[in-house]
Amino acid sequence: MTPIEIGKGGAILYAPGTSDAEIEAAAIAAALRHRRLVVAWRLAILALLLGTWEVFARTGIIDSFFYSYPSAIAVRLYELITEGTDEASLWYHLYVTMEEALIGFLFGSVFGVLFGVALGRNKMASDVLSVYIKVLNAIPRVVLAPIFILLFGFGLWSKVALSFVMVFFVVFSNAFQGVREADRAMIANAQILGASKWALTQDVIIPSAMSWIFASLHISFGFAIVGAIVGEFIGSRYGIGFIIQTARGVHDTAEMYAAIVIIVVVVLGAEWIMTRIEERLARWRPPALNDTNG
Amino acid sequence: MSAVSSPSASPAIELINVNRRFLSPDGKSFATLNDFNLSVARGEFVALVGPTGCGKSTTLNLITGLGKPSSGEVRVMGQQVNGIDPRIGFVFQADALFPWRTVIDNVVAGPLFRGRSTSDAYAAGRDWLKRVGLSKFENHFPHQLSGGMRKRVALAQTFINGPEILLMDEPFSALDAQTRVLMHEELLNLWSATKAAVVFVTHDLEEAIALADKVYVLTARPATVKAIHPIDIPRPRVLADIRYQPHFIEISKRIWQDLREEVQFGADASEAA
Repeated sequence: MTPIEIGKGGAILYAPGTSDAEIEAAAIAAALRHRRLVVAWRLAILALLLGTWEVFARTGIIDSFFYSYPSAIAVRLYELITEGTDEASLWYHLYVTMEEALIGFLFGSVFGVLFGVALGRNKMASDVLSVYIKVLNAIPRVVLAPIFILLFGFGLWSKVALSFVMVFFVVFSNAFQGVREADRAMIANAQILGASKWALTQDVIIPSAMSWIFASLHISFGFAIVGAIVGEFIGSRYGIGFIIQTARGVHDTAEMYAAIVIIVVVVLGAEWIMTRIEERLARWRPPALNDTNG
Repeated sequence: MSAVSSPSASPAIELINVNRRFLSPDGKSFATLNDFNLSVARGEFVALVGPTGCGKSTTLNLITGLGKPSSGEVRVMGQQVNGIDPRIGFVFQADALFPWRTVIDNVVAGPLFRGRSTSDAYAAGRDWLKRVGLSKFENHFPHQLSGGMRKRVALAQTFINGPEILLMDEPFSALDAQTRVLMHEELLNLWSATKAAVVFVTHDLEEAIALADKVYVLTARPATVKAIHPIDIPRPRVLADIRYQPHFIEISKRIWQDLREEVQFGADASEAA
């Protein structure tokens, strides 16, 4: 039986007597059509943007010295991947940046969660320390970069330190908020069921703060990369930030953009992994239902 | 006090001249309970009815030990309340299940918190799930169940600890009318096997009469006891049609006389505020 299309908003009405299987098949087909359309539009916009950029740069409407153009960037990207830079291969640079970011991210998020939960559970400590946290949080993180370089040198640890402070406060404040938002009835229930203070924190407070914590981990991985790269700008011998900095020194804008593309790919990959982990951990959450009427 | 020297004879719950005051953000204090007296015998089912926000839930909080009286005395099994008493079970109005735990893991939470062995706890948990008719759903998450089923899980979660005192704060108010009657039967079944002393807070007068041995009518805030009505309907009660019996209707009219004035007064007060 063919559905009767209603014009407004593309809503579909099925004729009486349409079987469930038919409605299901039509809904799946409609969802697929929608997805294909979305992908097609995305590709079209990408092609339009890159095409305009290329044409504008080649015809001199924008200065290709500053803005480069997509084909040149693609070539530099290819050269970076196959040949690397004078100092090391691309993979080594990427490894250095990722090592800095990941160590900073790991320590930042672990300490952020620990402090957030501890302060969220302890009213006296949070009342006393909140003013200090506010002050520290008001420091723009990047101004610490030169200080960390002085303190920890040009190697790994100055970038780790910068990544750490970028990540810590985001995770901390979300963990703290998540603990504070934990459902009162649920906490009372656990207490009456016999939970000790520690069991309450571990089995009730932390799981219920988990969606807050995960939201912060999503954003803060990007921050960890920012920390590593800004650290590399200020002083380093390897890393993606170092590539950008040296490319700037020789006015190789194509290489700067190529390095940006690499970082974007890395962050998107990390984001994807994190989403998969979160889906695993959040099996208990209700899934969203789709309307069969498109 | 020599009167309480033999604890087995003392009532399960006693509130003696209890006052409870809260501090509002602007520093003024206001009373929610005023010279409040309540006595629940062991095995007795007491319902508290009163206007919305009159302090019924505060009363339950004082019995659990989660809240402390500003003055007066709260006794459980003859002893002054000091912290959370392990003999108490509590069923909440809101969904207080742990949403990230499966049904069975929710039910065994109490025994595990109380240090029972895992195998012991799960055996008991499966037994309780069978009693509330949810054996097939043991590995479901709460969001996959209906409201009524979630309440059954909450009942199993509470009853598995073998409470001698059961406190219920409008536990079925979020359910539809048909499910509520089924839950009443479920509750009376479970309760008759344990004979716990129950304090059941509700604003539904029919629910109170159908379930309880005694109905306390509370005044609008600050709450005091306005009247105590014994319910002389014999047990076991058939809840499906109890509310159509003439005697039930008669009791319900009598209590409503008391309640109506307070509800009216409470509504006027909250409109004025």
